[in-house]
Amino acid sequence: MPFAGWEMPVQYAGVRQEHEAVREHVGVFDVSHMGEIETLGPQALDFLQLVLSNDVAKLALGGAQYSVLCNEDGGVLDDLFTYRLGEDRYLTVTNASNHERDLAWMRSHSAGFDVELLDRQAELAMLAVQGPAARALVDSLADTELPPRMRAAEVAVAGRRMLVCGTGYTGEDGVELLPVAADAPAVWDALVDGGAIPAGLGARDTLRLEVCFHLYGNDLMTTRGPIEAGLGWCCKEQTGFLGAEAVAAVRAGGPEERLVPFVIDGPGIARPGNAVIGGGEVTSGTMSPSLGVGIGMAYLPAGLAEPEQRFQIDVRGKLRDAVVKPKPLYSGDR
Amino acid sequence: MADASYPDDLLYHPEHDWVRVEGDVGTLGITWYAQDALGEVVFFDPPAVGSSISKDQPYAEVESVKAVSDVFAPVSGEIVEVNEALADKPELINDDPYGEGWLVKVGMSDPGETEALADAAAYEATLE
Repeated sequence: MPFAGWEMPVQYAGVRQEHEAVREHVGVFDVSHMGEIETLGPQALDFLQLVLSNDVAKLALGGAQYSVLCNEDGGVLDDLFTYRLGEDRYLTVTNASNHERDLAWMRSHSAGFDVELLDRQAELAMLAVQGPAARALVDSLADTELPPRMRAAEVAVAGRRMLVCGTGYTGEDGVELLPVAADAPAVWDALVDGGAIPAGLGARDTLRLEVCFHLYGNDLMTTRGPIEAGLGWCCKEQTGFLGAEAVAAVRAGGPEERLVPFVIDGPGIARPGNAVIGGGEVTSGTMSPSLGVGIGMAYLPAGLAEPEQRFQIDVRGKLRDAVVKPKPLYSGDR
Repeated sequence: MADASYPDDLLYHPEHDWVRVEGDVGTLGITWYAQDALGEVVFFDPPAVGSSISKDQPYAEVESVKAVSDVFAPVSGEIVEVNEALADKPELINDDPYGEGWLVKVGMSDPGETEALADAAAYEATLE
């Protein structure tokens, strides 16, 4: 299926099978559509501190940090991981559908900073190896030790040098590999030969939703801010990032609505766009392969956004009962 | 998933539904083509026993990981039974669309309606 200009498989063998492979063993996702922007130069930190919501000064060499990119109104332009590759060198991973906008946004605010912004989307591929057996598999193909969770390092995997990051989007242990595009097919083959199950966008969505990771375009948008989305933890307004004042105002006054995970009580599956009775809307919804019930995330009026609160969703004219749950919806044995 | 097949003992509706006629009771389901197009079925929302359905009108929904799809009635009548097994195992619709994956049984109000339905060969020809 075409996705932001990329040909992407929704599934290989089947969503349920791929989902279970990642929860129980190891799966590999080709997420090369993700964009990468490298920021380098003496004022790389100062510049990123202006555009990213988190405190980039806390990002150690070889570290990883999650943040949002906000507009001046405090609306979310993207959510992204930034890795510190060197003293004055950072790599930020963007969502495919936002990449061009992110790049234009960053460039338009880089005047006056001694930085260079490099678009590396076409050059770099991205393979996410996820699941309880993911690290052991990649380790068996690597020349040195893999970076731990939330760290990144240059490693040769299957004989090819690349950035390896201890991050993911499934709630399972694992790594994300960023080889140059020409090396990706051989690395993919080595991973699959080593037992990784190819997994598509369908399983990526069910896996991330079970652990309540946000999906831009569903759960995040320019018309809502990070506080509403439950991402206040990665916003450090004292750094003065673009949009910080608006974010601080919402934090202080309390948001009118909040994004919460829910489960459907009874049969049925809510889908994005379904209205919540009494106000609000579903932004993500699916059948959870691990839990066997309909799950999702919805923006609810703040007064209703508390765990165990019951509410109703209009699913194509039928009212379905739902219950707000704490994050994550699925936690395995952990 | 089962291999493609269109059994000869069934009658087919162009919206990819089948009916197995036994006396004045029709057993209804979706065809191999329909379940393949939908992908993994994760939810079947059945009509109530006792409710009426009308030929060519939607009477239920089948939901897969990819899409929600209306299920159309190949015949008119009253629902006399729904396949309760699908509540826990909706994937039976993929695994065995003409057997354990049947959807509902209908007391047909106008058995003459079946004359407008296609046989297996005619239905399969529409899929080319």
